[in-house]
Amino acid sequence: MTDVNESGSPSPEKSPVGQRSGAEAVATVGEAERSAAGSASGPAESGGTPPGGPGAGLTDRDGGGQQLLRMFVQNLWSANTVTVTVLAIVLATLIGAVLIIVSDPDVLATWGYFTAQPSDALNASWAVVSEAYANLFKGAVVDPAAVQAWADGTGEWQPVFAPISETLTYTAPLVFTGLAVSLAFRGGLFNIGAQGQATIGVILAALAGFLLPLPPVVHLIVAVLAGALGGAIWGFVPGFLKARTGAHEVITTIMLNYVSFSFLAWIIVQNGVHEPGRPEAISRPVDGSAQLPQLLGSDLRLRVHLGIVLAVAATWAVHWLLNRSTFGFELRAVGANPDAARTAGISVGRTYVLVMVIAGALSGLGGANMVLGTTATALTPLVVAQIGFDGILVALLGRVKPWGVALAALLFGALQAGGNRMQSYASISLELVTVLQALIVIFIAAPALVKAIFGLRAARAARLSTSMAKGW
Amino acid sequence: MSTMTVEELAVTVRPGFWTRDRRVGAGAVLLGLVAAVLFGSLATGEDARFTLSEDAGGAALTIDGTVGAILFGMVAAAAGAALLAGLPKRWFVPLLGVAVVGVVLSFLCWQVSAAPTGQNFMPLVNIVRGTFILALPLIFGALAGVLCERSGVVNVAIEGQLLMGAFAGALVGTIAANVWVGLIAAALGGALISLLLAIFTIRYLVDQVVMGIVLNLFAVGLTGFLYERLMQPEAAKYNQPPRFEAWPIPVLSDIPVLGPALFRGNIFLYLALILVVVIHVALFRTRWGLRTRSVGEHPTAADTLGVKVLALRYRNVLLAGMVAGVGGASYTLALYTFSKNMIGGKGFIALAALIFGRWSPTGALLAALFFGFADQLGTYLGAIDSSIPSEFLAMLPYLATLLAVAGLVGKVRAPAADGKPYIKG
Repeated sequence: MTDVNESGSPSPEKSPVGQRSGAEAVATVGEAERSAAGSASGPAESGGTPPGGPGAGLTDRDGGGQQLLRMFVQNLWSANTVTVTVLAIVLATLIGAVLIIVSDPDVLATWGYFTAQPSDALNASWAVVSEAYANLFKGAVVDPAAVQAWADGTGEWQPVFAPISETLTYTAPLVFTGLAVSLAFRGGLFNIGAQGQATIGVILAALAGFLLPLPPVVHLIVAVLAGALGGAIWGFVPGFLKARTGAHEVITTIMLNYVSFSFLAWIIVQNGVHEPGRPEAISRPVDGSAQLPQLLGSDLRLRVHLGIVLAVAATWAVHWLLNRSTFGFELRAVGANPDAARTAGISVGRTYVLVMVIAGALSGLGGANMVLGTTATALTPLVVAQIGFDGILVALLGRVKPWGVALAALLFGALQAGGNRMQSYASISLELVTVLQALIVIFIAAPALVKAIFGLRAARAARLSTSMAKGW
Repeated sequence: MSTMTVEELAVTVRPGFWTRDRRVGAGAVLLGLVAAVLFGSLATGEDARFTLSEDAGGAALTIDGTVGAILFGMVAAAAGAALLAGLPKRWFVPLLGVAVVGVVLSFLCWQVSAAPTGQNFMPLVNIVRGTFILALPLIFGALAGVLCERSGVVNVAIEGQLLMGAFAGALVGTIAANVWVGLIAAALGGALISLLLAIFTIRYLVDQVVMGIVLNLFAVGLTGFLYERLMQPEAAKYNQPPRFEAWPIPVLSDIPVLGPALFRGNIFLYLALILVVVIHVALFRTRWGLRTRSVGEHPTAADTLGVKVLALRYRNVLLAGMVAGVGGASYTLALYTFSKNMIGGKGFIALAALIFGRWSPTGALLAALFFGFADQLGTYLGAIDSSIPSEFLAMLPYLATLLAVAGLVGKVRAPAADGKPYIKG
């Protein structure tokens, strides 16, 4: 799928299930993915032209509509990226449903006499699971009741769009951290430090937000840039260590995550930062002039803010950087094979440092989103939430491609937003969302397993890179 | 520590005279002198008393604060100078140890002497005991890492294994109202995460670090979810784990300082120390150990000689999960009830200890104790109103590991095949 992946590393597809069905099956596979990512990986793969041998072309021409339809169904049911992703989500929700049932003592009790009266168990289970997932949907996409009320004229328009607004609010920072992880991944580095980079970013953004007396627009720009700068500094360290000493970035970024966490805990309670008169660890609030403006008016129910626009812009920028710029080419070359890149005259060390600086800046922007947006306006020890770690999942789910990452972040943002409603309306712990997210990525990462479960036919596109497996 | 980074980076690339030993020596000299001057000038004339008991009473080692701070700083500087002079290689570790201990003692003389009046003492028994208690999960976690990584599977999931162990121990221990059942459940809980790690990385060739990270999140989510659904509403039914009582060892527990600190502990303390010895012996003296190490270094060669690489990896990863699971139980079956995300990053410090201890059981033990000491010191300094923020002490393990992997303090090398999936072919 990506240049990185195709670099000759052993693919998991070689496992027993991998029963290739000729070039046709591969033909349109991953087309959606390709057009979404606009990957420039060679003429053979561009657009919808079926690649592969002449056989593929022949089938196409002779077959006509029916043939095309059959091929479409075949490809739909072969293990392409989209199918595997959808099935992974299905599997995760199924396991989530089992968890909901198992963790409800009342429902579990009805399973005790399942053989005597199966309907009890099934009804009770259906009730609890459907309520949970219905609320997940209502909280993330749209609540039919609100639409109904608006149509009747009994409700306002805001509740109709509130779920979407929430989803987008949670999506924005995840896009940034997801991009940060992806970009480093493409350069051959596993950036686990997005959390730490976002933490330093959030600190500098907040400090700039309430310490600098600046006019409105300038203040916001400075605060956002301060966030990026903080992340960049924190990304520079592992990049530099990797380039100079070969220290493995996985270890150094993990360590820096915790250093930054302690630093955040420390700086909050310092004089000038700590909010006077508050006993708990919370900083002064960011000035209004440094806050990202809300997009849909100042209604508190519609929290979506400028961050999501910046996130889309960042996605486009990273996409451009990766696929259209000289540096992007060098980056991918280094990621694919550092030795070959060095031979070709690319400075591998410089690339590592630069990749990590850019990735760090992206994470820092994600952090800035957390404190300059509507999510929070002051530093607390948990202000960054989990965006860095979630960013890793987002990057993997998005197949380390910019637009894929954006979509994955949208899914995760939706889960987060829906999870909030699920927690308050169906009293199902928000932690279920974490479980779902982890499960989705686990299944994505092991497409061979998904294929085996659903008996899919093998296809080329749906694998995660294993070329990262370089050890410490 | 962080100043040392800058100092030494400046001289990183100068081969020849500036060997690693000399660079470290130069750093130690500098650090020792800084300690002597800085801590010496900050220390007060009060006596710093290191009492051999749990309070201010009893026998004590006493030294004037200023004198002590300067003296120990100079000791550290002297050790550094010896390194700089270019002594044979075998002196490196002892001298480095002397330098580190010197700086720490110099620091302590300052802190203890500058404490509020009446609190100019440091109860060594408490410190040693606290160090071991805080190091316990780190020791188990790091040993789990050793078992995994020596056979070539990167174990970033230590955090998840500890958490799952703690959770399973609390849940099953409460339901069965039996500590031993809880302990077994904890081991199995850790093994569950390991099983997932093994299946996905060995069978499905998922990147090991990726899988570890995802499994950590999975464990946090799963235990958090079940905690909120089961344990929080009905704590008495699901979250009142029985406790292992302390088992004083007859004669040994009467030794001053070490006795009360080490030999009046619970089963987990003894188990951890025994495991360190057992795994060390097994790894370096038995057939299993040789095979494990060969699989971790060069699986193809091991395979050629008839070692079943994948089977061995499965077995070791599962064993690691059980060890870490027991480590998690050292929280819930001895100290606290289960709470959400209660491991709170200890698994990653354990990973740091593993790396800092250079993938060896004894090294991991020492590193874990060092990190445990830093943790305990933070608590102590907080109690005497120290001017040193505890947050910076909390950073110490991570900064130390950062320095270690950057090759600034000794060379750190992972098993050669660590993280690489093995595909027979």
